[in-house]
Amino acid sequence: MIAIIDYGCGNLFSLSSSLESLGIDCKITSDKAEIENADKIILPGVGAFADAAKKLKDSGLGQLVCDLAATGKPILGICLGMQMLFEKSFEYGAHMGLGLIKGYVGPLEGQISKELKIPHMGWNKLNFAKADPIFKYVEPGDYMYFVHSFYARNCVENTLAFAEYGVAVPAIVKNGNVYGMQFHPEKSGAKGLALLKAFSEI
Amino acid sequence: MITKRIIPCLDVRNGRVVKGVNFEGIQDVASPVELAHFYNDSGADELVFYDITASYENRGLFTDALTQVAKEIFIPLTVGGGINTLDDFDRVLKCGADKVSVNSGAIKDPSLIEKAAKKYGDQCVVLSMDIKRVDGKFRIFSKGGRIDTGIDALEWAKNGENSGAGELVVNSIDTDGVKQGFDLEMLQAISELVSIPVIASGGAGKKEDFLELFKAGCADAGLAASIFHFKELSIADLKKYLNDNNIEMRI
Repeated sequence: MIAIIDYGCGNLFSLSSSLESLGIDCKITSDKAEIENADKIILPGVGAFADAAKKLKDSGLGQLVCDLAATGKPILGICLGMQMLFEKSFEYGAHMGLGLIKGYVGPLEGQISKELKIPHMGWNKLNFAKADPIFKYVEPGDYMYFVHSFYARNCVENTLAFAEYGVAVPAIVKNGNVYGMQFHPEKSGAKGLALLKAFSEI
Repeated sequence: MITKRIIPCLDVRNGRVVKGVNFEGIQDVASPVELAHFYNDSGADELVFYDITASYENRGLFTDALTQVAKEIFIPLTVGGGINTLDDFDRVLKCGADKVSVNSGAIKDPSLIEKAAKKYGDQCVVLSMDIKRVDGKFRIFSKGGRIDTGIDALEWAKNGENSGAGELVVNSIDTDGVKQGFDLEMLQAISELVSIPVIASGGAGKKEDFLELFKAGCADAGLAASIFHFKELSIADLKKYLNDNNIEMRI
């Protein structure tokens, strides 16, 4: 069973529906015992970093994710959930992340040409940087759906795939058993579902 | 880089998809779930659902249809129609919508855009505008294009962006349903003014109309209904044609 962590950040309906459509057993939960007993964990997230980080900390779920990451349980952070995996974020101030992947989160603004719109919103191509089992059912050049204004930095070693948007935007990152996806696989059509399927098989 | 998007629009009335010409003369087309599947399979980049339900009692039919689509289709879904309050945002987001489009609701309460953007994020709020030329000026119309609000469309678009709208839908009443091409003059005027994505709506009749739209550089996405519903043009063929003509598409 895959536990989708519910910490009050974002709509989890599409995510659970997408896993169900693949025949993958999943549950939206904030129950610690249920999360501990899950085979895998997805950390979703939409909204502001500071607010999400506080909710994770106050609920104790952030600590639980870190503890379970240390046991080798596969974890996937999606969008803001991916950004939470890093050490720090500079989204309107400086905030601590979970520190499961080295690097920090900073604004696209100022890093890309003014002609490029922010947020980076729409379908963009994956470029592969490293081989990984997560790519089992997708190919370089497959499109994923992105919506974000901040991006992961100083994480080249942990970047499996990136998208070009004025800069190389880390799209899939990994540190051991911990994965992150900047785009929304649950909104990226058949190719997005293929990534979720590969994660479920890891 | 991000692709240009092709977005079919489904006008839903009492749980069925319909399409009018110049907003009148409504024809029944199909079930939203069936059409959503068909579009998803043929490569639509996003789906827009407009709730044109006539009565409050039938609103549940729309949310049922939306929930069903969101359970089965995994591309971005935008919902519009009858969005007047934050509760309306909540209602459709809970059914699986990713973005919510406001039109008359923002005219009645201009603070709605800002309140919604603060609560759900800019990316969630789409300002949809029905625009018609009056005395040579672009004017905002409400109530499905029936009432001239007297609001200048260019000012309204800029205000929308400043209040936190993440995207604009520009629907030209002058070209809607006529199938003679998008309203490039109107789109150009608005896209020069704002830096958020502009979705062109109204007037698409053939694939060349989309090429002309994207070549002109005045829109990030093209939205259409009847040419897709009645299978006059398939999304897959359209996207291939555009890609062959150097417009990047998700194929």
